[in-house]
Amino acid sequence: MSGSRRFTAVLVGALALALTFLTVPIVAIFLDTGPARLVSSLDDPVAVDALRLSLETTAASLAIIVVVGTPAAYLLATRSFRARSLVITLVELPLVLPPAVAGIGLLAALGPNGILGGLLDDAGVVLVLQTAGVIVALTFVAAPFFLRQAQAAFEAVDRRTLEASRTLGSGEGRTLLRVAIPAARAGLAAGLALAWGRALGEFGATLMFAGSVRGVTQTVPLAIYDRFATDFPAALALSAVLVAISGALLLTIKLVVRPSPTADAPG
Amino acid sequence: MRAWFLGAALASGALAVAAGCGGGGGSELTVSAASSLTAAFTRYGAEFRAAHARFSFGGSDVLAAQIEQRARPDVFAAANTDYPEELHNRGLAGRPVPFATNRLVIAVPADQTSIRSVRDLARPGVTIAIGSASVPIGSYTRQVLLGLGGAENAAIMRNVATQEPDVAGIVGKLTQGAVDAGFTYVTDVDATQGQLRAIDLPSRLQPSVTYAATVLNGSNHRAQARAFIHGLVTGAGATALRQAGFGPPPK
Repeated sequence: MSGSRRFTAVLVGALALALTFLTVPIVAIFLDTGPARLVSSLDDPVAVDALRLSLETTAASLAIIVVVGTPAAYLLATRSFRARSLVITLVELPLVLPPAVAGIGLLAALGPNGILGGLLDDAGVVLVLQTAGVIVALTFVAAPFFLRQAQAAFEAVDRRTLEASRTLGSGEGRTLLRVAIPAARAGLAAGLALAWGRALGEFGATLMFAGSVRGVTQTVPLAIYDRFATDFPAALALSAVLVAISGALLLTIKLVVRPSPTADAPG
Repeated sequence: MRAWFLGAALASGALAVAAGCGGGGGSELTVSAASSLTAAFTRYGAEFRAAHARFSFGGSDVLAAQIEQRARPDVFAAANTDYPEELHNRGLAGRPVPFATNRLVIAVPADQTSIRSVRDLARPGVTIAIGSASVPIGSYTRQVLLGLGGAENAAIMRNVATQEPDVAGIVGKLTQGAVDAGFTYVTDVDATQGQLRAIDLPSRLQPSVTYAATVLNGSNHRAQARAFIHGLVTGAGATALRQAGFGPPPK
């Protein structure tokens, strides 16, 4: 009895340690930034440009991720084929890549001297140091977060529901749109929130691949780094804004999309 | 899923703590130095005997800001005299010692032939990398451009495709062919061993670029820190700096 109680104490201690470690930096940002500073930081045109650019580029990259990622994840979740686990591993690889490695990799692949650079150049596509380059970098680092969650969400959908839809004469595409996606919507939304948060916070790959110019490629994390040297309180205030936006995003998606009963039913 | 994230976060936190605690004993000298000093200081560090020198290279502005946020290296070496002077005036560091000079140049990829002078940078369509306003390379560059006069300055600033946090970023964009030209120090071009080519600025535009180092107050290795800076002025450090293309400090 006392052994199990001691074990519980260890678990509680570990969770308390983890919680403190993970929340203290975020609490500090808000303690050091009064609400007045937070609001006044939004008067700064450089900050406003960075926020606008961050919202636009993350929205664009999330749109690409959802449109391409949803059917891709559905395939991984519902079909078995050779090399499936290899494909899953490759798709998840960017999750564990350091951002600097992602930046170098993007340059080596899509930069002017990269292996696909000539091809892009012939097509008249310039990504490096352009807003489009920011979207590419964000998509690269954030997509695995969505793919991983979406695949798990589709796997949790009851197979019989999908089969029933098909036997009732719905096509494969219709089944995905009308049955699978609604049933998996909570998991898809969680993946969307994670990917969005990751994209909003992206720094290293963006700086290396897209550079930093106000209004063109300077997203909020780059603007924060730029201020760190010259104006620490302003950097803190902008950080607080970013945390607030990311937090609000996570919360909104969690509140708006409730899990559906089918997704929770044992498969 | 959540457990996986928590585990990863805890593990990386533990690793960071372990790394931070490493090498507490012995004589280890922590040196925060401007990004442009990377090659010269790395060579000097290998020959420095009084202590094991550990370097943190970055933009001088970011390193100075870290010190103001209570990061405490033993030595701070900046690509200007302003940042060490400021820390000295705030009582955070000792008197700055000028130890080297450098020259600003236009750096271009070695195979780039269409840019021959600063005027060519004003042509429409040319892409340029410069330092952000707070890092010394960026403020020297703005000084040069102001010397050119309004119209040319504005035309060149319009061609700026990226403002990098330190020289390493500018050199990276150049060697990757992401931009046509950039403003760097002549020593950065030398360090790329032929990948980049330097175009000299007219002498009337050349800013005076002086590097200064200082011992941080509160350093536990003051004697070794002073020895390190002394070696930069006369000694193995000065030799490494000359080999990398830095000039002697102003008299």
